[in-house]
Amino acid sequence: MKYLNSHLRSAAARFVPGRALAIAMLLGPAVGAMVAFGTVAAEETKDANVVTIDNFSFGPGELNVAVGTTVKFINHDDIPHSVVENNKAFRSKALDTDDAYSYTFASAGTFSYFCGLHPKMVGKIIVK
Amino acid sequence: MANKGLDDHGQGIGRREVLECMVWAGTGVLWAMSGGVPHSVGLIGEAAAAESTGFTFLQMSDSHVGFDKKANPDALGTLREAVAKVKAMPMKPSFIIHTGDITHLSKPEEFDNADKVFGETGVQMHWVPGEHDLIDEGQGKAYMERYGKGAKGAGWYSFDDHGVHFVGLVNVVDLKAGGLGNLGAEQLAWLEADLKGKSNSTPIVVFAHIPLQVLYKEWGWGTEDGTQALTLLKRFGSVTILNGHIHQLAQKVEGNMTFHTALSTAFPQPAPGSAPSPGPMVVPSDQLRSMLGLSTVTVLQGNKPLAFVDKTLAG
Ligand SMILES: [Cu+2]
Repeated sequence: MKYLNSHLRSAAARFVPGRALAIAMLLGPAVGAMVAFGTVAAEETKDANVVTIDNFSFGPGELNVAVGTTVKFINHDDIPHSVVENNKAFRSKALDTDDAYSYTFASAGTFSYFCGLHPKMVGKIIVK
Repeated sequence: MANKGLDDHGQGIGRREVLECMVWAGTGVLWAMSGGVPHSVGLIGEAAAAESTGFTFLQMSDSHVGFDKKANPDALGTLREAVAKVKAMPMKPSFIIHTGDITHLSKPEEFDNADKVFGETGVQMHWVPGEHDLIDEGQGKAYMERYGKGAKGAGWYSFDDHGVHFVGLVNVVDLKAGGLGNLGAEQLAWLEADLKGKSNSTPIVVFAHIPLQVLYKEWGWGTEDGTQALTLLKRFGSVTILNGHIHQLAQKVEGNMTFHTALSTAFPQPAPGSAPSPGPMVVPSDQLRSMLGLSTVTVLQGNKPLAFVDKTLAG
C-alpha cells in the first residue's frame, strides 16, 4: 500500500496555495513592505465582496455586505461548481476553473445558497 | 489506511483488510459472492470458472469527456484506452451500462466526442446522467435529447434482459441545499410501480450515478432518499446496485444486496476523508492508469449474486 500513501501525499501537496507564496514575497523585504501594504489593502477592499471556492467550500461561508453591493463568486477548483440561492433569488451557470459569477444584492435580507452540483457546499450572504 | 465509510461494518477485521487492499490495489480481481462473503476466484480469464450463464455486461463510469486538468490532461484519451480494452475482449459483453458523468461540462462537443468513442465499441449503451451531464443552459435538456428517449421524468427507465430486471435511476436532479443525491417522490413512486409485477426471484440490477447508500456523508457521497429505494428492493433474492461518482472501487454486501462503485476512466478521487476535498487526485502520471478502469459483470447460474471483474487501464 506504499504507493497509495505517496498518492495521498502528492494530493496534499496540491493544496499548497500559490497565492500565499505571492503575498509572502510581497511582504518579504522591509522596504518592499511599505509599497506592498497599499497593494494588499487595496486588494482586501476589493476582495471584501468576493467569495472564493476552494476545496469544495465557499469562503467566507458567511459574508456581510451593504444593500447594492455586487458580490463576485470565483471557482478555484479543478471541478465545476455553481451558486444557487435556496429560494431561487439567483442561480449561476456551472463555473469551470477560474470562472466567476457576480450578483448585485438590491435589497436587504439573508441569502442562503448552495452548489447545484455538490449541495453539501453551502454559504450565506447577509445584506443590510 | 483512511477508508472509513467504505468498509463492511460488523465483519472481521481480517476480511476487511483483505477487501480494502485488494480493492484499493485495483488488481482486476473477480469477486464472486456466496453467502454474503466475497471471495476472489481469479482474474478475468478465469471468469468461466464461476458457472457463468454467458450473460455478461460492462459497467463504465465517470468519463468526464472534456476534462483536461492536472489530474488527467486527456480524459478523452483514457476513455479511448478503455474502449480499446472493450474492443479487445474475447467475449463481447451484451451491453454497457454507463453510470454517469459522461461529460465534464455538458458541452455539445463533449457529448459528441463521447458518443463517437463509445460508438466504436459496437455494443449497446444504457445511460444515466451524472451531475456533470446536466449543466448545460437547459439544465439537462442536452442530456435528455440524446439519451432520454423513452425514459420517464429526468431520465429514469427499466428494461429486461436474460431474465434480469435492470433499473436506471437519476439521483442528480433537484438537489437540496446541504443535502445528498436525490431521487424524489415521483421517481420513487415510479420505482414502486415498476417493481410491482416482478417476482421475488427476479434478479434486479439498479444503476445510478451517486451511491444509493451513504458512503461518506461529509463529501455528499450518498443519496438522501436512497433508503426508500432500497426498502422497495428488499424482497428480491438478488439485488445488485451499480454506482459511480466516487471514482474508486468500493464493494459491500448486505443480505441479498451487493453494492459496487466503478472506477472512472478519467481521474481518481481520494479515499473518504484522506484529502481536504473530494476533488480530482493528482497522481504520478505513470500510476494514473492503475487507478482508472472498467468493470465486467457476469450473471451466474442459479440465484447467485453477480460476479465482478474490476480491471484497470494499466493491466
Ligand atoms: Cu460544487
